[in-house]
Amino acid sequence: MLLIPCPWCGLRDEVEFKYGGEAHNNRPLVPDVHDDTAWAAYLFMKKNPKGLHLERWVHAAGCRRWFNVARDTVSNRIDGSYKIGEKPPAIAAETEESA
Amino acid sequence: MAIGVSVVGRSFKYHRPRGVFSAGVEEPIALIQLGSGPQTQPNMPATAVELSDGLVANSVHCWPNVNRDIGALAQWLSPFMPAGFYYKTFMWPARRWMVYERYIRNAAGLGTAPTEADPDIYDKMHVHCDVLVIGGGPAGLAAALAAGRSGARVIVADQQPEFGGQLLGERLEIDGGPAMAWVAAALDELAGMDEVGLLPRTTAFGYYDHNFVALLERRPIAAAETGRLARECLWKVRAKQVVLATGAIERPLIFANNDRPGVMLANAARTYVNRYAVAPGNTVVVFTNNDDAYRTAIVLAEVGVKVPALVDVRAFAPGALREQVSAHGIEVLNGWSVINAHGGRRVRMVDVVALDEAGAAASGSRRSIDCDTVAVSGGWNPAVHLFSQSGGKLRFDNARACFVPDVSVQSERSAGSCAGIFNLDGCLEAGFEVGAAAAADAGFTHGARPKRPRAEAPEEQPMRPLLWVPPPSNGKRFGKHFVDLHNDVTIADIELARHEGYESVELTKRYTTLGMGLDQGKTGNVHGLAVLAEARGNPIPAVGTTTFRPPYTPVSFGALAGRDVGDLYDPSRRTPMHRWHEQAGAVFEDVGQWKRPRYYPRSGETMGDAVDRECLAARHAVGILDASTLGKIDIQGPDAAEFLNRVYTNAWDRLPVGRCRYGLMCTDDGMVFDDGVTARLGDAHYLMSTTSGGAGRVLSWLEEWLQTEWPTLKVYLNSVTESWATASVSGPLARALLAGLTKTDLSADAFPHLGVREAVVAHLPARIFRVSFTGEVSFEISVPARYGMALWTTLMEAGQAYGITPFGTEAMHVLRAEKGYIITGQDTDGSVTPIDLGMDWIVSKKKDFLGRRSLNRVDAMRPDRKQLVGLLTDDPSDVLPEGAQIVGEKLPQPPMPMIGHVTSSYYSANLGRSIALALIKGGRDRIGKTVFAPLVDRTVSAVIVKPGFYDPEGARLHA
Ligand SMILES: [Zn+2]
Repeated sequence: MLLIPCPWCGLRDEVEFKYGGEAHNNRPLVPDVHDDTAWAAYLFMKKNPKGLHLERWVHAAGCRRWFNVARDTVSNRIDGSYKIGEKPPAIAAETEESA
Repeated sequence: MAIGVSVVGRSFKYHRPRGVFSAGVEEPIALIQLGSGPQTQPNMPATAVELSDGLVANSVHCWPNVNRDIGALAQWLSPFMPAGFYYKTFMWPARRWMVYERYIRNAAGLGTAPTEADPDIYDKMHVHCDVLVIGGGPAGLAAALAAGRSGARVIVADQQPEFGGQLLGERLEIDGGPAMAWVAAALDELAGMDEVGLLPRTTAFGYYDHNFVALLERRPIAAAETGRLARECLWKVRAKQVVLATGAIERPLIFANNDRPGVMLANAARTYVNRYAVAPGNTVVVFTNNDDAYRTAIVLAEVGVKVPALVDVRAFAPGALREQVSAHGIEVLNGWSVINAHGGRRVRMVDVVALDEAGAAASGSRRSIDCDTVAVSGGWNPAVHLFSQSGGKLRFDNARACFVPDVSVQSERSAGSCAGIFNLDGCLEAGFEVGAAAAADAGFTHGARPKRPRAEAPEEQPMRPLLWVPPPSNGKRFGKHFVDLHNDVTIADIELARHEGYESVELTKRYTTLGMGLDQGKTGNVHGLAVLAEARGNPIPAVGTTTFRPPYTPVSFGALAGRDVGDLYDPSRRTPMHRWHEQAGAVFEDVGQWKRPRYYPRSGETMGDAVDRECLAARHAVGILDASTLGKIDIQGPDAAEFLNRVYTNAWDRLPVGRCRYGLMCTDDGMVFDDGVTARLGDAHYLMSTTSGGAGRVLSWLEEWLQTEWPTLKVYLNSVTESWATASVSGPLARALLAGLTKTDLSADAFPHLGVREAVVAHLPARIFRVSFTGEVSFEISVPARYGMALWTTLMEAGQAYGITPFGTEAMHVLRAEKGYIITGQDTDGSVTPIDLGMDWIVSKKKDFLGRRSLNRVDAMRPDRKQLVGLLTDDPSDVLPEGAQIVGEKLPQPPMPMIGHVTSSYYSANLGRSIALALIKGGRDRIGKTVFAPLVDRTVSAVIVKPGFYDPEGARLHA
């Protein structure tokens, strides 16, 4: 069971959280300019990397805030968490670019 | 064992007689059914069950008993039962599998599960600690002392009832005194430390992410029987640091018929003598590839057991130990091998052969030695299970042919024999060192480190990394060489699997069932790998190892369930009027976690009678429904209207205060998600209602959009479902009833359909919504939850004059189906768009909303999508089963192309006939056509109609 750093509450057990899938897969501001393929990519085609993954979590049984987590999908190591609207931690961004 | 019982079970596949093989949890064959009745536990390793007064145990896997087992015929059939036998034989035809499976299950016949509810209680504990020490042997206790002395919070868990680990079965010394005296002193010291907890009878069975470790504590039976103590306790430990001191497990050498009762691990034979004062046999041949078994020979000889020979596959003699063995008059055969064991229910003789100079072939002279026991040692496997579960990488130690911990991933350290240190002094040294380091990493630095205790560290001769006996010079083995004693997997089975193309160890495992028994191959897996490696011509590290998965040893379901059983399995939610419903004899149904009255049967009424009566009352007089369970979300903020515009398919900016509106929500893929009525209570204040079961889901989903995509919207959501109690009165007399209890003008002009009023009802502060799910004039009256019962009883009293009838969810479902109103989750299933439902009227063309873009996808516009329609059966008394598949054409026999399915179906007393809603491909174009529902006992024909059977113009609604 993961130990997840909620940016608002600190380290808590995974049972308090709900997973929300890939982060930064934002809804297009003007959906109509996207063709069916591009729209389907936004809806259905989620990243499934082996390694660093930026993902949404919500502290469902805590402060109820959504935030983002940088997690390694192989080791489950968590490199950090950050609030919605913030940039991923530097370490995560670097790893992602090099990957 | 002391009274000469040698057969305790029968083997899994061949039903060969089997005896006790080990002295611990690694036991592959001595399995018993423990206890009886509802408390019985199947497949317990007899070697790990603590004895208690009155204990009841039976052999498993034999019939009628362990000595006369009908299934033993299987061993004569064994040439016809190679690896993959079940796959090869029973794969086809599939429908016969049902027959075969029953036969196989009976023949395999592992223990019996209890058939009644377990009366015992089980607990769970959640704890945090600085250092979790797993294993209470010399290394674990040393680590615990070192960590405990630093002031760290320490938990020490050991699977046995007593601490001491391997020392319990040895006669070793520490600091010149008995080792167990040191153990006692260490336990005394630990017990005196406030921050140290000792957990005997506690197995760490799973090592999960981020140093989360699960422990299973088994309480002494006597304590559990007082009813005051849980039988077992599941400890969920989050540790800053973990010390693994899990020990090592001895493994055998494999020779022909190495499964005969009387063949036993050498260390187990020693343990039975030293710890339990039981001689494992009268005449014991010791067979080894390493020094350690020499100690077994010495211990046995010292207590008067006859040891005719010690057979060592190594050509050299291990110095001092050999002299001690010889001094007991034991013949030491260096460079010899046991190749076969004779005997049925007990070993009576072994064949031994001299090996050639290279030790590669059993080609020299041959003798037979009479004996009733073979104490065998093929070296030790460090218990790396938890280390591997933690994600740690293993390394293969070629010299000792075993896996040892290599690279750690989590905050853990291995100490002692689980790290490949096989002597006592080394274990103590490692324990103190690792314990101190773990405490330091947890933030507890040591003061002066006291002198650690010492043990003798005798010089060891290297073992010979050989796990099964060399073949004769012609290379041909005879007889069964068992690798996995639990599942009857032999060397030949693994070679055959490899020959048939199973190169990967994971596939070989599944094909042969190697290591898949209750013991998970604790004594046989490395042998299996070695056999596969040799068959492939690769070194063992290239073959790799199978995954070590939790649990380390079996865990009872009771422990995993804990107290979350029966009524506590899931919370149940009751409305403020629940007690009234109970007293009225309501039959309840679960809606999400809510308990809702389904119908209120009067004496002698069937469910159908009651529902018919309730439905008629709601259309001809007045019905009353407890609608408190409807989800209610309070929405406030200047951007609330814009927010509603984005989440509902229809437009909200022009809804005036004091009015409400029905809304449909889609997920962004365009599929209907939830629906309900939302009212505008003030300029920037709305109250959204959701389905009863969907309230939590909808609130979470709205929050997700608000927080992640629209953080600039000034909108605040709050669940107020439990704050209100709601009674809905519905029917032609509803207005008259309510008019007697409130001063609010209820006339159609003053309070039209979809109006909302703050009011006083029966002297209670109330909010009235004129909304209807029945198609009749309805008023939904909400009061603060604490007044719910008062409101309900007042309405019931006042309603007597109007023939008020409480109705449940079933009548509500019928009434709404008569109107063709959908229930999301029943008439929709996550693959249905608003267009599919024929609800284009509620889909705005002018604004964006969640799901809108998806409605324009090619797939969403296919004309053959399933669409919501009504069905009227040709026989009006025939009620279609919900879920029935619909076909367009009736063929003599299946398969028939299916064009849809029934989503809702009822008998309607108001219409005097059955009605149904269905999702049918291109359904709206088929209106007027006849379709068929082929059922098991009949085929029902029905005509497709518009979904709306009663008052389609809505005259009654607006009355
Ligand atoms: Zn939080």
